[in-house]
Amino acid sequence: MDQIDEIRLQVMWNRLISVVEEQATTLVRTAFSTSVREAGDLSAGVYDAEGRMLAQAVTGTPGHVNTMAEAVGNFLDAIPPGDMAEGDTYVTNDPWLGTGHLHDITMVTPVFRAGALIGFFACTAHIVDIGGRGFGADGKSVYEEGLQIPIMRFAMRGQVNADLIRLLRANVREPNQVVGDFYSLAACNEVGLRRLGGMLDETGLPDLGALGDFILSRTGRAMRERIAALPRGSWTNAVTSDGYDDPIRLAAKVTVEGERVLVDFDGSSPVSRWGINSPMIYTKAYAAYAVKCVVAPDIPNNAASLAAVEVTSPPNVVNAPRPAPVSLRHVIGHLVPDLVLGALAGALPGRIPAEGAGALWNIHISARPVAGQDGRRAEVLMFNSGGMGARPGLDGLSATAFPSGVMTMPIEATEQTGPIVVWRKELREGSGGDGEFRGGLGQVIEIAPLDGHEFEFSAMFDRVGSPPRGRAGGAAGAAGRVALDDGTALRPKGWQFVPAGRRLVLELPGGGGYGPPERRAPEARAEDRRKGYVSGEEP
Amino acid sequence: MANEQGIRVGVDIGGTFTDIVLDNGGRLHSAKVLTTPDAPEQAILDGIALVTAEAGVAPGEIGLVIHGTTLATNALIERRGARTALVTTEGFRDVIEMRTESRFEQYDLNLQLPTPLVPREDRFPVAGRIGAEGQELQPLDEAALAALAERIAKGGFGAVAVGFIHSYANPAHEERAREILAARLDLPISISSEVAPQMREYERFNTVCANAYVRPLMESYLSRLQARLGAMGVGCPVVMIHSGGGLIPVETAAAFPVRLVESGPAGGAIFAADIARRFGLERVVSYDMGGTTAKICLIDAFQPRTARSFEVARTYRFRKGSGMPISIPVIEMIEIGAGGGSLAWVDAMARIQVGPESAGSEPGPACYGRGGARPAITDADLLLGKLDPGNFAGGKIALSVGRAEAAVAGEVGTALGLDTRAAAFGITEVVDETMANAARVHAVESGKDIAGQVMIAFGGAAPLHAARMCEKLGIDRCLVPRGAGVGSAIGFLRAPFGYEAVASQVMGLSGFDADAVNALLDGLKAQAEGFVRAGTEGAITREVTAFMRYAGQGWEIPVTLPDRAFAPADGQEIAAAFRDRYAAFFGRAVDGPEIEIVSWSVRAQDIRPQPETHPLDTGGTPVTAKASRAVFDPGRGANLPTAIHDRDALPPGTRVIGPAIIVETETSTVVSSAFDAVIQADGAILLLRKG
Repeated sequence: MDQIDEIRLQVMWNRLISVVEEQATTLVRTAFSTSVREAGDLSAGVYDAEGRMLAQAVTGTPGHVNTMAEAVGNFLDAIPPGDMAEGDTYVTNDPWLGTGHLHDITMVTPVFRAGALIGFFACTAHIVDIGGRGFGADGKSVYEEGLQIPIMRFAMRGQVNADLIRLLRANVREPNQVVGDFYSLAACNEVGLRRLGGMLDETGLPDLGALGDFILSRTGRAMRERIAALPRGSWTNAVTSDGYDDPIRLAAKVTVEGERVLVDFDGSSPVSRWGINSPMIYTKAYAAYAVKCVVAPDIPNNAASLAAVEVTSPPNVVNAPRPAPVSLRHVIGHLVPDLVLGALAGALPGRIPAEGAGALWNIHISARPVAGQDGRRAEVLMFNSGGMGARPGLDGLSATAFPSGVMTMPIEATEQTGPIVVWRKELREGSGGDGEFRGGLGQVIEIAPLDGHEFEFSAMFDRVGSPPRGRAGGAAGAAGRVALDDGTALRPKGWQFVPAGRRLVLELPGGGGYGPPERRAPEARAEDRRKGYVSGEEP
Repeated sequence: MANEQGIRVGVDIGGTFTDIVLDNGGRLHSAKVLTTPDAPEQAILDGIALVTAEAGVAPGEIGLVIHGTTLATNALIERRGARTALVTTEGFRDVIEMRTESRFEQYDLNLQLPTPLVPREDRFPVAGRIGAEGQELQPLDEAALAALAERIAKGGFGAVAVGFIHSYANPAHEERAREILAARLDLPISISSEVAPQMREYERFNTVCANAYVRPLMESYLSRLQARLGAMGVGCPVVMIHSGGGLIPVETAAAFPVRLVESGPAGGAIFAADIARRFGLERVVSYDMGGTTAKICLIDAFQPRTARSFEVARTYRFRKGSGMPISIPVIEMIEIGAGGGSLAWVDAMARIQVGPESAGSEPGPACYGRGGARPAITDADLLLGKLDPGNFAGGKIALSVGRAEAAVAGEVGTALGLDTRAAAFGITEVVDETMANAARVHAVESGKDIAGQVMIAFGGAAPLHAARMCEKLGIDRCLVPRGAGVGSAIGFLRAPFGYEAVASQVMGLSGFDADAVNALLDGLKAQAEGFVRAGTEGAITREVTAFMRYAGQGWEIPVTLPDRAFAPADGQEIAAAFRDRYAAFFGRAVDGPEIEIVSWSVRAQDIRPQPETHPLDTGGTPVTAKASRAVFDPGRGANLPTAIHDRDALPPGTRVIGPAIIVETETSTVVSSAFDAVIQADGAILLLRKG
């Protein structure tokens, strides 16, 4: 390749990343639900004409980015390129073809250049309601979990599909927010289209072909080099999730052979009766994420980096076939990285962190006035994080999402959306697992209905029965706890009730420690006491 | 006084240099002296002595000193502020430590988050709670506050910050807390509802902590400065430039020093806005590139765009989210780690990367020959022929081509199998593309298209890269003004005496309450004009802006409102204005949701005398150069014979045919093969695309 051409392609790669960044920014700026606009639960990316992901916005969360990478191919299967037209935008929330549950809406917009299809923009966001039983584990099948939107047109030649909008409005609890977010997703791809058009005009590139080949071959080569540097062999690990009523076993075998990393989930518990199952597409996303964190954190995420990780499983809780209920697939999916990292610890001792809280402690609140009183009904969604595991050489991060990439919503924004009061949201003292390096602290949250209101909430919590384990001699982090302020214990999963005048108290898990506690530096212990990270007196 | 045509002095304290510009009835005298970090006022006094001597005026004749500084920013970055106590709502002790609960770098397992400005042991929760509607949910625990004052008094603190939940909606608890604490403590107390009255507790609490943290330092510096200026005979008022580009009295700046954090770059944007006004350019992109960073700012109708928050002290490769959010009015600009000293390297993908690490002034780029061994942008510029090794900085620094070659070949060329010229081209091309990308993203976030605008380029490194940036951005015209090296200090002299008052109050347009709106805006107008009146007797202009969204969205777009009393029916007109703006930003308006106003701002400023304007001269008489050398032309991808001109030898009305290089003492302006250059009446260089 001519040297100057090579540099131009490098530069265009950067430009493509800036295009998808703009795409993601548009989604945040225009979204209605707090999950998107405050918490950034979204992703955006650009694809070549074959549906291969070339670049993604760095703001995305792995459960979206890596599923969407595969989802675009499913759109191509459902709608032949010959049937696609300029101004079209396609949509689905199919858990098995999209991003794992009905609450995630994926939109794909074809890119035409001089009449030819040259690629796609795709984006995904989590919306606040999709009808059915609401966001929770209680559905017995996907049919109870809400409205299913098979791959179809959101807009045809620029014209919004009005029937779809009417159907949506009739089926969801917050129609303005949900329909607003559909428009926002479409606007996000629209901005991507405009920018890509400008880039092609300026550079004179006819399509994404040469640039795509350059990006994927460069990435593929770098991935192969990294994998070649890993030890060969197979390593196993197992993790216990609380499940819904009975604990669930998650098992993984990680094999490094040839130019790939293989992850197999044989030995995991069977499909659950409850909505905590994960479709394969979602499990793969988090398995690939975990491998990439260890093997290639600095290599851009695209079709070629994802192709280096192969994931297999017989049908079970992490490969649940339709029509299994999957609403809370994130709880299991978020535990997959700790599961995979634990196996990789066998291959790379001294490089892998201890276990952390893993699953976000999301809570969906359905608030209403007490019977006979005036007030407001509202659906409120909060994302909250426990502690991350300690790292070899560093304490764990407190109250920080991992593996998810989302943010928490500001309390001030959350309280604007519905009649609830968050009375406490602060670090949970003493919850980090002891060790040479301490696990990150969880947090304590107290939520009450506003005066004259009561609420139902959907619990989607884990690590209550099995706390995050330490590594290399480090102690476990504190297990989670769910209760009312009068001491009544509540369950970690399922819809439950908080009456007027009571507070729900959530104690989120702390991360596991790393290394033997007796090797923790005295200065670090003194600082932990001074800051109140651990309770107790000076020795 | 501010708009009298007296003698005025602009002072910009930067990390390396303190720039002083004296304006004597339009005639400028400037000086650059080394910054004196231990006593920053010393450099100012030295500089004023130099410029007054040069201008032949006595210090007592100076009518106004306008001052901007990075001292507050540097105190935040280097953590040199006061030990600060944060008094906050019970249950929310850790807001500034838990941040957004996310990781700004998704794949780095060893990520470290920035340390909060106020450590946990210095954060004191107090019972009392305001609700989302501003209602009191729980009374403030006044007895606990009184007891807390005793603890703080004994704790060795230098400042107090108060941040309570929902105080932007109702400041009563914060104000009462300040009263109780002030009666018992001899410390400066900052409250979040005054410093940054905006929703989102993490950003607001962090801002009030930052204010409290730098306040003792800035108060002490500013009072020393005033005393020493007085002793030297400068008895005039001192006003400060704030991050939003307006001016505020020094007393206000001392109480709200967090407003000064971006004051230097703000001066640059005002400088560009003033140039834009002089040439009658309605849509301008200002491009300021120095030694370590580049700043890009959009200027419409001679007014730099403003935003209500930004991030300071990014800790992780300038990554968004890795710094501290500060919610104050700022001139909206994008700042990236790309300057003449930024270092180039090769990543694992065999891609060239540039910055944010910088060679600084010591050791400097490899070609300075002061021990720098890694390639900087300046080294690449030298190898491409853009700089004359024998005539850099007026010949004061001899540049070593050999050292530049060794650094570029060693770090980039060998790793990629590129010859030195191609490697140098790769470095400049990557940095130009990075800057162009940043400019493009910034434009999109502002709902603008950058192509078709006029660029104004200043700062030492900008003229070397401006032409290529224009090629990438589809810009046809670029001005390189005179005085670019001290642009920020000149900008201070051009700044209107202005202030923006902001308040959050959510109002749905279906329930548009004209009386409440009028009362709110009257309050903001009084507040904004109160600030401005402290500095001027003259006429004042006002601009009223509503920040609006669909109910349920979390981000607003600005909509300009008429400056008059509203009637109930005006809600409809405001809604229509919002829909139009929304569709322009995002493609289509949304059907259905309620439209609401979330916050309100009133910007007041004095009316400046209109500067003399002259249209862009796009003609000019071609001149031939005495010298020529081979320079790499990035658009053509080849070395081209390039004319070399001396800027001081080019009179107004001459046209330089590209490719050419126009050399001056501090920098050179590259005229690529796609451009010609026309010297304007005021000496500015206009780069003009051919054809």
